[in-house]
Formats: sequence, structure tokens, C-alpha cells
Amino acid sequence: MRIECPCCGLRDHREFDYGGDALRQRPAHNDTDIDRWSDYVFMRRNPSGLHREFWQHIYGCRQWIVVSRDTVSHQILSVCLASGAHGAGQGLERA
Amino acid sequence: MADASTRLGGYGRIDHGKPVSFTFNGRKMTGRAGDTLASALLANGIRLVARSFKYHRPRGIYAMGVDEPNALVTLNTGARTEPNTQATTVYLYEGLSARSQNCWPSLGFDAMSINDKFSRFLAAGFYYKTFMGPTRKSWMFYEHFIRKAAGMGEATTLDDPDFYEKVHGFCDVMVVGGGPAGLSAAVNAARAGACVVLVEQSPDLGGGLLNMPAGGKADRWIAKQVAFLREAQNVRILNRCSVFGSYDHGSFGLVERLQDHVFPPQKAVLRQRMWTMRARRTILATGALERPIVFGGNDLPGVMLASAARGYLNHFSVLAGRKVVVFTNNDSAYLTASDMAQAGAAVTLVDARPISPSVACARAEKSGVTVRSGHAVAQASGRKRITSVKIAQFDCENGTARDPGKVMQCDLLCLSGGWNPTLHLLWQHGGKPVFDDALATFVPGATIEDGFSVAGSANGRYSTLDCVLDGQAKGLEAAQACGFDLPDGSDDYPALDLTDGWETQLLPVWEVCDSAGKSQKKAFVDLQHDVSVSDLALAHREGYVSAEHLKRYTTLGMASDQGKTANVIALALLAKHRGQTIPEVGFTTFRPPFTPVAVGALAGHETGPNIEPRRHTPMRQWHLDNGAKFIETGIWDRAWYYPKPGEDIEAAYIREARELRKSVGVVDVSTLGKIDVQGPDAAEFLNRVYVNGWSKLPVGKARYGVMLREDGMVFDDGTTTRLSEHHYFMTVTTAGAGAVMSYLEFLLQTCWSDLKVEVTSATDQWAAVAVSGPKTRDLLSSIDSDIDFSNEALPFMGAAEGTMAGLPVRAIRITFTGELGYEIYTPAGFGEALQEAIAAAGSAHDLLMLGIEAFGALRVEKGHVAGSEITGRTTLDDLGLARMGSTNKHHIGQVLARREALTSSDRQQFVGLRPVDPKAVIKGGSILSEPDETPKGHGLGYVTAMAFSPVVGSTIGLGLLSGGRARIGSTVNVVDTVDDTIIPAHVTTPHFYDPEGEKARA
Repeated sequence: MRIECPCCGLRDHREFDYGGDALRQRPAHNDTDIDRWSDYVFMRRNPSGLHREFWQHIYGCRQWIVVSRDTVSHQILSVCLASGAHGAGQGLERA
Repeated sequence: MADASTRLGGYGRIDHGKPVSFTFNGRKMTGRAGDTLASALLANGIRLVARSFKYHRPRGIYAMGVDEPNALVTLNTGARTEPNTQATTVYLYEGLSARSQNCWPSLGFDAMSINDKFSRFLAAGFYYKTFMGPTRKSWMFYEHFIRKAAGMGEATTLDDPDFYEKVHGFCDVMVVGGGPAGLSAAVNAARAGACVVLVEQSPDLGGGLLNMPAGGKADRWIAKQVAFLREAQNVRILNRCSVFGSYDHGSFGLVERLQDHVFPPQKAVLRQRMWTMRARRTILATGALERPIVFGGNDLPGVMLASAARGYLNHFSVLAGRKVVVFTNNDSAYLTASDMAQAGAAVTLVDARPISPSVACARAEKSGVTVRSGHAVAQASGRKRITSVKIAQFDCENGTARDPGKVMQCDLLCLSGGWNPTLHLLWQHGGKPVFDDALATFVPGATIEDGFSVAGSANGRYSTLDCVLDGQAKGLEAAQACGFDLPDGSDDYPALDLTDGWETQLLPVWEVCDSAGKSQKKAFVDLQHDVSVSDLALAHREGYVSAEHLKRYTTLGMASDQGKTANVIALALLAKHRGQTIPEVGFTTFRPPFTPVAVGALAGHETGPNIEPRRHTPMRQWHLDNGAKFIETGIWDRAWYYPKPGEDIEAAYIREARELRKSVGVVDVSTLGKIDVQGPDAAEFLNRVYVNGWSKLPVGKARYGVMLREDGMVFDDGTTTRLSEHHYFMTVTTAGAGAVMSYLEFLLQTCWSDLKVEVTSATDQWAAVAVSGPKTRDLLSSIDSDIDFSNEALPFMGAAEGTMAGLPVRAIRITFTGELGYEIYTPAGFGEALQEAIAAAGSAHDLLMLGIEAFGALRVEKGHVAGSEITGRTTLDDLGLARMGSTNKHHIGQVLARREALTSSDRQQFVGLRPVDPKAVIKGGSILSEPDETPKGHGLGYVTAMAFSPVVGSTIGLGLLSGGRARIGSTVNVVDTVDDTIIPAHVTTPHFYDPEGEKARA
């Protein structure tokens, strides 16, 4: 596989590490609900077809990216930086 | 038989003036430069080359290239033994030795050929049905004998003496196949300016044109194309190179055989090179492989594909038979018949079609060929080679041979049942084969995979001119897709004007049945795996109706040739049984490799000590110069121990550990993971990733921290030092460094992008030593430094920046050994100088060099957790660290750590173990059980680490023990199931030495 890194261009998959499902919803950091955290940590979609997944360009810019990939054809439809992929409001919420 | 018997003068592309001697089954023979082993064997009159896989039937040379199912031999001896090699793909060299495999005592008399007599009992699935029995026991008993009887050559267990390398390649257009289409495509893509790689598996370019008589128009055309390509600056030709796999996004695996044709060399050589090639566009000009027709006795030596027989004649100047029968259902075999007749053979051509192609037929008859249309070969006979065939009228409605046939003597039977485009590379990643009724085979569909195009006979074009034109068009198209084009006004490049295509259509004939419509005995579909038509029928009767099931049940297509001559025929026969069309039956999945690849090529240079890069600390040379022995720990090489004369590892580490508690020692801890954490929100960030609190840590202080994973398990530990208001220096474990860094980046980039924090890996930037022992302060104070090492100025967990011996350092008062200690960090380039400065000062203070074995023993004595306890299955409480967890803030893993199963009281907890008998030795990995019980299953827990403790005076262990803390004061059995020993041991706290930590605070 080859992945078009938004910073470094088209690179071999061996430069990247896989980070799993990018569509799972991370609970807010101060969320204390055990079910929501369980869902986030353990439950994964395993779609046949379009999938959005995290990768990290570990032997390059070290950016986490979100790759939209067809798990059947391995065709990559888009790649973007993962910044804020877990949505807004996950950061500073000092109690 | 002498060479002259089948070798013709004035034919072929070999060098008649250059004899090459080789041996086959110990017999000395002579071939010619340019021969393959197969052509040389044929030239020497050898017909019986191998015994078949299952029935040990005699087999000969069947094909001319990578499709060969029969002629497998073992090459060479000793470390260069190469089993299961197709004689058709080995180019002859001086001194080559080859031998038949799967026969005993000899190829001519093979005792196991008795299997053939019992073949009706040995049908598909026989072994499993018979020997599996109700339990697996019987199979396990018989398997050994069965594997011995049915088998292939034996691989050597000696080290490979040769070298392999792996390289990466990039190009605009890769052309696979150097025949008329491939050459044309490469030339046109190159003319347009694209960067072209042309890959050809044979030594010579020309493909199927090399099967034509030498010296003609085709040869002149090839020479011209090759000259152009060699001249062009933007073309790389890789000959003797196979594209074995096609992977995602234009990546391909190639193996280039650099030295296989000059073995055995005098010394080790670069034998093969593996390429990972990325091509923007790929043109498959991979040609087509001829397929046979199935009937009784179709596997005898002397049965051969028609194109192969023509190639052996025109390329290798070997006339494979004198009395030849050619059996065909299409026009292509007429060329074989004509060429062989002109070379002096008596040839009868049997065409299953009622009407022969008029031009080809006239040309053949003019060459002396007897043509019999509307007939079929119904049966081949002979013992160790073919001696006769039965020719009968063919009923093409029912696919049967009408009685009575007529027996005809022959010594060679050539078969052509049509041609299958070689599209494995297209289909390996999901391309869908489309069945073409006119060609009776699978061709590329109207839309094919992105980035691919197919040209020439791989695309179902069967005349040379069509192949050339198709190649030219696809070459230009591929270059254009990459943004190149022919300059305006470019002339059309001259094509090779050979209109040798088919006049009449092929008649699909897969199998010739007897007059009653029954399949004949010994009618083989997959020759290499001995799968016959009756096996296919049996599989169908037993319900294996899908193509994938058929393949696995009968093993059809699963041999080293991957069924290149068998697969399409098998699908056709399965379709017949199911009463369906071939496309309805479907297709089995294609997987790499297209042809076998030596494991050495896949490994490349990554063998022995080079299996992965080793990491060295900046002080490595100093350790070597001072007598250190090294050990591999993960990717790092670390100083293990520093033996005095006569000491082994045991004696050395115990001495080092004992001495340290009396004096001062230094250990290289440069391998620690180091992460620089900066930014106004750094304290908040640390609060979130560590279980303990960081808001109140003052500048100039360090703190021990533990991180959890999001599932609540302990992830990593280490110390983090606050260097200034917004600047922290984090250390993480050597083994965890990479994962922690990636995880911190994940959190900051995806979850907490509003935290103003940057993390930077600084592992390589800092060298570090840990100096500890009661005399540490004396030692450090004697080195020129602006840092005050006194307890007042630098208390426990204090940190200071300054210089030592003129080197910039960070000194942090932390200890792993439990003694007064400091970790001293210096930029990596100064690491060796720092080590030298400490060593120089140390001579006055009995400085001890400490290897990591003793360092580890001291930590066991002290009862710190390390990697052997932080296994990913232990919680904070399991490790006795629950009090560290802060409850007035949120941290990673906090919520899921509350799960019921993670808080139960019988979880395995971190404890110490001391043998009741001080002489007894606790062994790492031992299982723990109740004192009066032998352990069941995993027991109550296990020993995570052990060492001899000079303080305790015996071996001691650390362990994870079910309900461990409540058992402190009791005893357990430490059971070593390897040595079968049981040692009673006291359960203690993990802290064997200075549990209050007074020494470290001194």
C-alpha cells in the first residue's frame, strides 16, 4: 500500500503505523461513564467497504492522519491530518 | 543416447560451438551454452526425468517454461541444494548437477510406483478419510509415513552461502514481458519520454518470437527494438527477472536472478536481488500459456505442449521426437507440425475440428505433415515413455472418441488445447476474469484495475502484428497517462508485419472421453499433484461443488506450478459436472507468488546479525575498552557485566551487586526513552496522562509517574522533571519509548489539540549514566562541577542543571538501586567524555562498573516494578501502586480501571518470594501453587523475576500471586515445570532491601 501523507507526499505503508477506527467517538476527558469509555476502547466497526482509519507517519512527519480506505479494494479515497478528528471540546476543560 | 540423436545442426539460438558439461542423476552429459537443463536433457535423449508426487508415475518434460508441472529436479548439493526446481527454467552452466527427486531406489525403478497400482484407492481425500480416524491419533502416527511416500525434494538445513539484496525501484511505466507486445509498449512509452522498466523472466528478449525459426524477420525486428531500448537513457531492462506479486497502489515484488546461471561460484556472490517496484502505470504483456487436452495416459514422458516442442526445436535446436503426433483444437499447433516435419520428423496432425484451416493446412501438408481433421487422440500408451497413441474419430457434440480407434506408433505427442492469457498479476488483487467464449478462456474484462493495461496475447491477440500494434498503443497510452506524449510529427514506429494469426476458430475440447462418454483412467488434469478427472468427479459427487472447495479437496492447482496448465481445464470439467457454464462455476483466488521465490531473496541482507539494526549507546566503545560483555535487549545492545578474570556472568553480577551497596557504581542508562514536554499547558497534560498529580511539582524537582492505557491497565512508568515553568523532561522505559511517544502524539493531535503542548522525542539526544551507592556523593564532589551534590542543595528527587568536567549536564537525584543515587544526563555527543570523567575520578573511590544484570538484580532486591511486571495485564493496584492514583483529577484509564474484574481481591498481586531453604534456587517463569498442591493450569501466579541477593543471602524472586498481599507471611510452592522442581518459598513484600527508602534519602 502507498499512502499520500498530507505533509510528506506519497509514501510506502511501511513508514506508517496503523491506529484503528477513526470514527469511534472518544468521550470527553472528564466523562466518568464506564459504558461510553468501554464503547470507545473496545467496540470497533469492521466494515467491508469504506472505512476511516487512523495511521501515524512514524518514519516521517509523525503526524496522525485519517485515511479513508476501502477495505475490500484497498483503494484510498482521501487522506487528511487527524487534528481535531475527535471533535472539538476534548481539550481544555479544567474542572 | 548421444547428444547427436536429437540435436540438430543449423537450428536454434544456442551456441553450438560451446559445449557445457553437467550431470543428471550422476551421469555426465553435455549440453550447449544457451541450453536450459530441460533442453539439454532432451538433447541427451532423456525422456524420464521425474516421478510424480503421489503415484510415483514416470514423468518427462512437458513444457518449456514456468508452466512445467513434471520435470522437477534438485540442483546441486550441500549448502547450495535447490529442491523442486523446474528443469525448464534452469539455464545450463558448467558443472551443474541435477538429480531426480521422489524416487527410490532409482528413477528407473521406483519402489513407490506401487502406489500407481492402487491409485483407485488413493483418490482425493483418501489419506484424510483413511488415517484420520475418530481421533487425531491415528493421523499423527501415519502422517510421517505418508509424507515420506508422497513428496517433493528435500531442502538443505545448511546456511545459504550466498548473498541477496533488496532494493526499491520507481518508474512511470513498468512493462512486464519482453515479447512482441512488451517490446513495442516499452519502445513507445520510452519514445514519449516516460521512465520505463521492462521486465523479462528469460535471459533474452523476444518472448514467443524466439520460438520461430532463427534468422528471420522477427529476429531482425527484436534486435532493432532491443538496440533502441538499450540506447535510451530512460529505460531499464531487467532480464532474468520475474514479477512474482502485484500489490496495492502500483507496488510489485520482483526477483532478479543475477547469478543462478553461473553457479556454482567459487566464492559467495550476490545471487538474487529483490525489487520492490512502484509503477505509476503497468502494462502486462505477459503472453499466454498453452493448455493441453485431457485423455487417458496423458502424463507419459513424451507428451508435451505443442508450443514447447516447437520452442525446443527453433530455440534450442532439439528435435524432441522422430515420430510425432500433434493433437490440437486450434490453428497454433500447425506451426509446430510444419516446423517439426521440415526438421525431418514424421508428423501426423490430429485436429479435433471437422474442418482444418486451409492455408495452415496446405503449408503443413507441403512440409510433409499428414493432417487428420475431425479426429482426436483417445489414449496414449507406453511404460516409461510414450510408444503409441490411439487415434479415433471425434464426436464434437459429446466430446467422445468413436470406436474403433486406430493405434499409431509415436515417440512424441504434442498437445494444444488453446491458450490462457497470463493474467495472474492482474487477478492477484481482485481483478475479475471474464470468460471469452470464442477463445474459450479467461481474458481481462472491459474495465480493469486502475493503473493496469494489458497488451498482446495476454489480451487475447494471437497474431504477431496484432500484438505489436496493441503493445504500441498501450505503451503510448500509459505514457500519456503519466503526462508524457510523442513529440508532434513523430513517425509511426515500424511494426513487425507478421500475420500469423488464426484463420479459424478454436473448438473447445477439454477432455476426450471414450465412446460411452466416460472419462478414461489415468487422465490427469493437474500433473504435478496427480489430480485426475476421476478425482474431480469424486469431489463433485461428495459435494465439493464450489471451485474453492474443489481446489482444497483435490489439491488441484496447489502445487509449486500453481496449476498453470490445469486450472482452466478443471473449471471446465467442474462446469460439465454441475451442468453450468464455466463463468457460473467461478474462479479461485490468485495469490502471489506467480513463480516460486527463494526465501533468501525475501530475507535479503536481513539475516544473522543484520536481521534488524542494532542500537548502541554513545558509550559503547568505552564499555568495550573496559571489558564489558554485551547483551541484546530489544533493539539495544547493552553492557551486561564486567567480568574480572575467571568470572562468569553469575559470579560477576553477584559481585557487582554486592559491592555497589558498599561503594559507588555507574551504569549506562542512555537507552531510557526521553521525551521533552514543553508548553503552557504541560502540567495539565501530565495530569491527564499520569495517574498522579503534577500541578504542584516545583521547578527543579522530579517525580515518579505511572501511565495507564485507556483500558485501565498500567502502560509505562518513569520520572518526569520540571526544568522550568513550561518545560518538563520525561523519561519512559527503554522498551516502552516508541509506543508512549506515539500515544502522546495521538492524544495531542487528535483529542486535545487545544492544549498548548509540544512533545519531542529526545532519546537519541541525551546520554545518561546512573551513579549510585553510599559513596556516590564523594565521587561526584571530586569532579569539577558547578552543581552542589549535598543533601541540602540537591535533596532526594531534586534536579539541577550545570556542568561537570566542563560538560553540560542535568543531574536528577533518583535511584533504581535503592542507594543514594543520581542520574546524570549529557548531550549524546558528550556521553563518552562524561563516562571517562566519572571513571577517571572513580579510581580514587573504588568505582564499580555495573552491568545491567547486576542493575536488574538490585532492582529485584529493592522491589521496583519493571517490564516483567508491567505486562499490559496488570493494574495499578496489582502492582501495589494504588496509593499513587490521584482522585481529584481525571487521568487516562481512570474510568475503565474501575471495572469489576479489575478490582477483584483475588487478582494476581505483586509480591516477593524467598525460598525456605536458602540454598534453593527460584527460577524465573516458575508457577506458584498452594504449598500442598501441584499446580493446576496456570496455578496461582508466576515468578516474574529472580536474582541472587547478597543482602538476603539466597535467591529471591518477584512474582504475581493471586490475592498475594493477603498471603504475605505464608508459603507457596514455586514449581518449575521444565526442570520438575518444587521449592517452598515465603511470600514477602517485594521490598527486600531498605523498605523505608532511607538510603536513597541519605
